[in-house]
Amino acid sequence: MSNQALPRPRFNAPEPEQAPKAALKLEARMKPLLQGKVSEVPDAVFGWAMRVCGLAVVAILGLIVYQLVVGSQLSWHAFGWKFFGQSDWNPVEDQYGALPFMFGTVVSSLLSLVIAVPLSLGVAVFITEMCPIGLRGMLSFTTELLAAIPSVVYGLWAIFVLVPILREYVQPFLAKTLGWTGLFSGPPYGIGMLAAGVILAIMIIPIISSITREVLTVVPQHQREAVLALGATRWEMIRMGVLRNARAGIVGAVILGLGRALGETMAVTMVIGNRPEIAKSLFAPGYTMASVLANEFSEATGDLYLSALIEIGLALFFVTIVVNALARLMVWSVTRGQPARSVV
Amino acid sequence: MLHTDSNSAAVLIRKIDIPAISLRRRVMDRLMTGVAVVTVGIVLLPLFAIFAYLIYKGIGSINIAFLTQTPKPVGEPGGGMANAIAGSMVILAIASALGVPLGIGAGIFLSEYGRNRYGDIVRFVSDVLNGVPSIVIGIVAYGLVVMRQKHFSALAGGVALAIMMIPTIARTTEQMLLLVPQAIREAAYGLGVSRWRTTLSITLRTATSGVITGVMLAFARVAGETAPLLFTAFGNNFWNWKMDQPTAALSLQIFTYAISPFDEWHRQAWAGALVLIILIVGAVAAVRLAVKHGTLAGV
Repeated sequence: MSNQALPRPRFNAPEPEQAPKAALKLEARMKPLLQGKVSEVPDAVFGWAMRVCGLAVVAILGLIVYQLVVGSQLSWHAFGWKFFGQSDWNPVEDQYGALPFMFGTVVSSLLSLVIAVPLSLGVAVFITEMCPIGLRGMLSFTTELLAAIPSVVYGLWAIFVLVPILREYVQPFLAKTLGWTGLFSGPPYGIGMLAAGVILAIMIIPIISSITREVLTVVPQHQREAVLALGATRWEMIRMGVLRNARAGIVGAVILGLGRALGETMAVTMVIGNRPEIAKSLFAPGYTMASVLANEFSEATGDLYLSALIEIGLALFFVTIVVNALARLMVWSVTRGQPARSVV
Repeated sequence: MLHTDSNSAAVLIRKIDIPAISLRRRVMDRLMTGVAVVTVGIVLLPLFAIFAYLIYKGIGSINIAFLTQTPKPVGEPGGGMANAIAGSMVILAIASALGVPLGIGAGIFLSEYGRNRYGDIVRFVSDVLNGVPSIVIGIVAYGLVVMRQKHFSALAGGVALAIMMIPTIARTTEQMLLLVPQAIREAAYGLGVSRWRTTLSITLRTATSGVITGVMLAFARVAGETAPLLFTAFGNNFWNWKMDQPTAALSLQIFTYAISPFDEWHRQAWAGALVLIILIVGAVAAVRLAVKHGTLAGV
């Protein structure tokens, strides 16, 4: 996109004008210019209109914060900090605690990172350092295609393909080999925390790998050559010359992936089981902050119920903001202000 | 002469003791290369699985009825998602009408007026805004539009999606405008063209194809969004063309059908997913083609 040749602008050259009249006209036209009297009004109007557009971006963020804070007041006054420490979620008795949702969000996101990080790093390293040039473009295009699939389609696929596979093959295997840890015990439903983690991993791999790839590409070529000249093998070159230099950026990429996983809604809602419980086993159903909003927001009766849901939204917003800001700063520190592609 | 030279060189080389790369290091190198190849395989597998399944399941279920009828009640076979396809288009049109001008304006601000601290703030905020979960943006649109109107509407859905489009469009527009050489702007100023004309008719025009690509990326990103529509557009089983009424959307319909317990609805969910992807890819490809060869080529 960036190295595509830019078309030349087209100018419509003004017709050459007739002599004396034109000279007079030109003089008349030049006069205000020379006297510094060119109307600056349109320029100023346009400039300010653009500034307003820029300001609108900031205003939107302000609006989001305002809406969430005002909307959650009722719940905040009713429960205070206890809201985040209680695991009781009972709309009938108007008792609300966000702990199971926070637990579900954190566990499913961390699980997805455990699966996605090694895979994305492998893909990024392969594409930038090992892959034949001809294959490079195609591979990066294909991995980015994964990012273009809507979340709800991932969810659909997860329900009908991934969950049965987990239930029939993966979960019995895990229970047999790693059951003693307690993380993989209980009946293998398929649906549950494990399914959520796996589908999230599939969804965040394109983000982590494409940003890691950008970070790896900005590592100077000299670094690689220097390490190779010392007699390193290719893997040693990658480890010492590339990965070590790109550390901060890679961490940033991982955190960006985490930010996406924390807020991901549809696919998770469709496979996590939607039960507000805290269980040790990854086979057990769970619930995340985003999915409780998706499932209950439009049906919330009662002001306190709605307010509690908005407070969950506020917490989710706050966490993702912090995580994303942190990640941006880390990626920026490597790519030096060249924004990591923000579109994925 | 030549002979002795090469001879002495050979002697020299023999004297320097080049350490051979040990077996352990060579094995490690091969091993890690293998690991990288395997990871690529693992990552590509679900991609192919998803597309294969989508086409396999979807293609058999797309028929005329699916594309022209509204949903049938549970138990009755047939019916389709025509109203949802139309609803998605209405919502996306509203989102684009709101989001594209604002996003491009913000992009112009960033590249032409924002090379300072204020620009940095806007830049950072739009990057952060990009990471706000879509469901949270749904809550905001709910508070802004639905609470005021007292009912769900296509407008609320459009507002939510517009908010999601703006940061992406702003950042890509900025990057594209920055690629336009400064000399072109200066040439325009030198001809006495005012700054606003220069920006619109020279700078923005030069970068048109890049800006449009950015807009299409933003469009593709929000076109499949479901979460922010759940409690803004809400969904509807019937035709609706009014902007202030609950409106069906393709992604919402897929969600509802996918989590239902009925086989007939599952089948339609797959068909809907295939149509959704075809629409997104089709829209992006059409605009790209138009930029390259067609009506927009001269722009």
